[in-house]
Amino acid sequence: MESEFYIKSFCHIKDNKVSLNGTVIYNDNDTLDFLDFIKAAYRSFDTKYPKFFKMDGLSKLAFLASDLILREEKLNLEDENNIAIVFSNKSSSLDTDEKHQESIQNKDNYYPSPAVFVYTLPNICIGEISIKYKLHSENSFFIFDSFNAEYLSDYTNSLLSANKANEALCGWVEFDGVAYDAFLYLVSRKGTTIHTKQNIVNLYNT
Amino acid sequence: MEVLKQELKENIIEQLNLEDIAVEDIADDDILFGDGLGLDSIDALELIVMLDKNYGIKLTDPKEGREIFASIEVMAKYISEHRTK
Repeated sequence: MESEFYIKSFCHIKDNKVSLNGTVIYNDNDTLDFLDFIKAAYRSFDTKYPKFFKMDGLSKLAFLASDLILREEKLNLEDENNIAIVFSNKSSSLDTDEKHQESIQNKDNYYPSPAVFVYTLPNICIGEISIKYKLHSENSFFIFDSFNAEYLSDYTNSLLSANKANEALCGWVEFDGVAYDAFLYLVSRKGTTIHTKQNIVNLYNT
Repeated sequence: MEVLKQELKENIIEQLNLEDIAVEDIADDDILFGDGLGLDSIDALELIVMLDKNYGIKLTDPKEGREIFASIEVMAKYISEHRTK
């Protein structure tokens, strides 16, 4: 059955590059460390959201990719926006979980950081995006072994068909402490690229 | 006391990841929370941990932090009077 929904826009962050709708908008081949790269990319887009620096790596990655898509929507931030979020990854919040574990490992030097602890769930990154864009909407974070376009498309179609949301920001946001890969896309009721599993896979592999 | 104030400003910037703020941007009497530096409730918890770790001060009631963390001036005075390390 053909989907009645469309992929309106998409963003990739991978291999020291940020691209929006297939066009590279930031490229930094000199920075190898993820945190240096993502902060430099953030600054290049003039986002001006100081909370970004307090986020863990996964949230920085998800926030930046989402922000690049949603800023184009010119949302009214005075009102609630009914855009669902459906994210997925493989490593959950493992990078931050390990940082927290290190801080409680030594009973004689036991100073767990509240600012680290609050990020020991993967869906916290959804909260960060929801706060900025006032998304009081459905959200889910799935853990898969690899990018699962079929599950995401079925779930998103179900959400939109049931009118649980007007649009849905979906995709894969993976960070294991070293490697990172974000591919997020906005599913809407209008657009040109039909929201199918094959089209999602094609865009992911672009 | 001036050395302690300088140390507090440096630690707050580092511990709370205030990357767009320099030591010179924080006046001794600046309000740290709300409209001041814009710190939030998680930052308050982080400051409680910092007091314990760096100065041996254990706050048993987080509400105490509201008064102690009013400004660098107030924090420095409290720490100098209560520190155990």
